[in-house]
Amino acid sequence: MCNTCGCNITPGNRSLVMAEKPKKGVTTVSVLQNLLSQNNHQAEHNRSHFDEHKVLVINLMSSPGSGKTALLEATIKRLRESLKIAVIEGDLETENDTKRIQAQGVPAYQITTGTACHLDAHLVHNALHHLALEGLDLLFIENVGNLVCPASFDLGHHRNVVLLSVTEGDDKPAKYPVMFRAADLMLISKTDLLPFLDDFSSQKAEQNLHNLANDAPVIEFSSKDGKGMDIWITWLQAEIDQYQALLLNQQTQHPKVQQDGELLHVQPGNTKFYPVSHKAVHTS
Amino acid sequence: MHELSLCDDLLGQVVAIAAQHKAESVESITVKIGALAGVEPMLLESAFSLIKVGTVAEQAQFIMQTAPVIVRCRKCDSQSEVAANYLLCSACQSNDTTLISGDELILASVALCV
Repeated sequence: MCNTCGCNITPGNRSLVMAEKPKKGVTTVSVLQNLLSQNNHQAEHNRSHFDEHKVLVINLMSSPGSGKTALLEATIKRLRESLKIAVIEGDLETENDTKRIQAQGVPAYQITTGTACHLDAHLVHNALHHLALEGLDLLFIENVGNLVCPASFDLGHHRNVVLLSVTEGDDKPAKYPVMFRAADLMLISKTDLLPFLDDFSSQKAEQNLHNLANDAPVIEFSSKDGKGMDIWITWLQAEIDQYQALLLNQQTQHPKVQQDGELLHVQPGNTKFYPVSHKAVHTS
Repeated sequence: MHELSLCDDLLGQVVAIAAQHKAESVESITVKIGALAGVEPMLLESAFSLIKVGTVAEQAQFIMQTAPVIVRCRKCDSQSEVAANYLLCSACQSNDTTLISGDELILASVALCV
């Protein structure tokens, strides 16, 4: 308990502590502005730019080494005859991933973030100066491998795809709720390794995702043996069709992102409130 | 750790509000953060103490309000306070819920010395 970080404030004393104490010469201004407003503003700008060019943009997120680049290689191989694809790569260092994508014959631009653990809307905007959108159908943004920070930043993209490789464990959605709550699709990757693992259950992983009130589809996928490839391609194609239909109606697609709790806070009439009595963090 | 880049936005907003009200200094800043905001409040506070130096907010106290994680059920219309990784309705166990609190990342108010 201390007086600096707020840990001394409890539900019992909050109203007293937080009450405005009128003081001479001090005015309190209510703001209620999101701390990501600059990023969000840039993200909306990026999104209209993408929409002008009618290109569906997918943000790929996962921990490092769960197979994002391998997924892209396999996807490009399969689709490069029928769709125009490009990739923006985010990494702390090296251009290795960009070289792998370019070897597949599609344009790729590398954002090297140095020490930054995520891409933001400004970095993506800068990358767009180096990548022509004309004629593209599909742009993948491969985010920095990290299950924490990238989830908080809207890049102006349309869909979030989160990869979970089977070696990471089926409890990842429960451990990283901010990330998995943002998923429009969860891809369970490296399923060719399942015979060697006795402790990964795709059903459990899916259950942990649904416990976040996220009913996103789940696809089991292996870029090694091609399992799940057809379902993934079908999902992608359906997303492109849906996006193009929205554009025809002057609308766009937004990924699942945070909404600042709908909020601050309309107390609805006939609802029962269940206070937390069992607030031990859920483990499974 | 992206708290420092968030602080940049925070400080920008605070400085703009102070200028708008012709304030001499900022006495305190109140932010509201939910467990599902993806931000560690303590890191945000320490990042802010670094970034505020030399600005109108140099002496400002950093006040943090944490927002509970609350979901409303679309099936039975109950509200429940839940753990951040278990967003089911406590009444009927449905996962058809909407988050109504817990993902806030908001500058709530600023106290200015004018």
